Amino acid sequence: MSVINGRVWKFGDEINTDVMAPGIYFKLPIEEAIKHCLEAVDPTFAPGVQPGDVVVAGRNFGVGSAREQAAMGFSGLQVGAILAVSFARIFYRNVLNLGVPALILPEAGEIAPGDQVRVDPVAGRVENLTQDKTYAVEPLPPHLMEMINAGGLMPYLKTRIAGEATHDSR
Amino acid sequence: MSNTPATLVEKIIARAAGVEAVSPGEIVTCQVDLAMILDSGGPRRIWPRLKELGVGVWDPEKIVVVADHFVPATDPAAAAILKLTREFVAAYDIAHFYDMQGICHVVLPEHGHLKPGMFCCGGDSHSTNAGAYGCYMAGFGAIEMTGVLVTGEIWTVVPETIRVDWSGSFGTGVAAKDVMLLLARELGMDNAFKAIEYGGDTVRGLPMAERVVLTNMAAELGAETALIEPDEVTLAAIRAAGAEPAADALTWRSDPQARYQARHQFDAAALQPQVAAPHKPSNSGPAADFERDHIRVDQAYIGACVGAKLSDLHMVAEVLRGRQVARGTRLMVAPASNRIMAEAAADGTLATITAAGGLLLSTGCGACAALGAGILAEDEVCISSTNRNFQGRMGANSSSVYLGSPYTVAASAVAGRIVDPRNLL
Ligand code: SF4
Repeated sequence: MSVINGRVWKFGDEINTDVMAPGIYFKLPIEEAIKHCLEAVDPTFAPGVQPGDVVVAGRNFGVGSAREQAAMGFSGLQVGAILAVSFARIFYRNVLNLGVPALILPEAGEIAPGDQVRVDPVAGRVENLTQDKTYAVEPLPPHLMEMINAGGLMPYLKTRIAGEATHDSR
Repeated sequence: MSNTPATLVEKIIARAAGVEAVSPGEIVTCQVDLAMILDSGGPRRIWPRLKELGVGVWDPEKIVVVADHFVPATDPAAAAILKLTREFVAAYDIAHFYDMQGICHVVLPEHGHLKPGMFCCGGDSHSTNAGAYGCYMAGFGAIEMTGVLVTGEIWTVVPETIRVDWSGSFGTGVAAKDVMLLLARELGMDNAFKAIEYGGDTVRGLPMAERVVLTNMAAELGAETALIEPDEVTLAAIRAAGAEPAADALTWRSDPQARYQARHQFDAAALQPQVAAPHKPSNSGPAADFERDHIRVDQAYIGACVGAKLSDLHMVAEVLRGRQVARGTRLMVAPASNRIMAEAAADGTLATITAAGGLLLSTGCGACAALGAGILAEDEVCISSTNRNFQGRMGANSSSVYLGSPYTVAASAVAGRIVDPRNLL
């Protein structure tokens, strides 16, 4: 997977799935619903985020429900990577399944909104180009990288199903 | 089974992964015994993906579909989601379909689907609820549930186990909900990749309807799942649901020498009614402290998988008997399943609630996640027996939700402001 290079959108601790994907927009088509992603916290985020931008957050990012619309906000808005002090479990799995690298960065608090960062999920490195600082992070495990490199769980399943079909004759 | 002492969750994962033993942090692939999907993130998200993949489901017998989040439909969009859910069930020959019969986490054990030792996946974060039956069940997003429906497998990181023991008896007006509001504060909400195991004589003494509150709200602790070792109470509940537990059901328990990441011990007798302030369940403190702040409530809501079971409705009726809901406050009650609704009708509980001025709503998720009847307007204040109070959870962004036990919610409905229920019991 290529290295991600983008501008930082900064969020605090315990940003929950109800603010990422409010229930009142559930019935909207997903392209419409994601325009409301995090609007209660930062109304400029959804309209302003550029493909490849990096979301940096505090503790327990994505706490709350299993709703995948919360994760789809970030994949749909083409966020390049998410760095957080810690992630809520289902949200973490959901973003990875949608092909968005999510990395644990205990020092996330040092990064400022608008900083330019380079993220290498395979090497496990985050560079803050604005502040001229480098952080080592735990790289994603190989079985997850395999899925992310495939583009997420769906493309991965397609490959797997195609593989099984060719094995059927054995 | 291996000789290394193991916790219950480790034993279940090892069995589902087909290996002798597992240790925390290890990533394993498990065979799924039961997969539950819902109207909200289920067929509407999964069906298009199955079509894209060009495959069917792995085992229709092991799939349970529940229509509960958007029932009954309140607009054409919700109606379309429900229609699609029904078409999906017909297309894939899924027999275990519960349409408008109650909230998934309540319906699942009501119909005997949960047994000790099972490895289950649910398309909803409160799937942890099932752990009260001695099984592993965790919540997953719709994409992963697509994977489960296709392959019958899922990967998991073996969680560390945290043991939480409670001893002693609850005082008057205290319930399992108060335990969880206190634990959200004490253990925090970021216990990702950890399993909570509850025990102690307090837990053993609780009926299933109260035990599931502990496992349900493990979701608020951010845990992978939560479990309670099965006992005779568990087995009796399974039999009452028309199912027969396996002969080895009671062997699904942690070994005495099992390694826990942490152990916590709490005294039930010292527990006071708790309230969680907006906008998170861990913002909790004694209800008595909130009472001093004179917090007026526009709405009191009894609902959700966690807070509208028969025992919850009994708590409400106990407070409401011979009293009236305050002027300027509305009390809404949405029983968690049709079966509960029927039982509460038969034993007079519903009549007590309506006589006090409470409004009965249909069963389903309803206002809990701002999907159905009972949604809040801008700046309104609600006290609720539900499990989450994130900003905008029950309606407008500027509305606020306080969480409390059914006792506390009912007492606050009578007072028109947040109160400690013990004054009314
Ligand atoms: S009642 Fe609320 S918490 Fe329970 S499943 Fe429904 S939306 Fe989720």
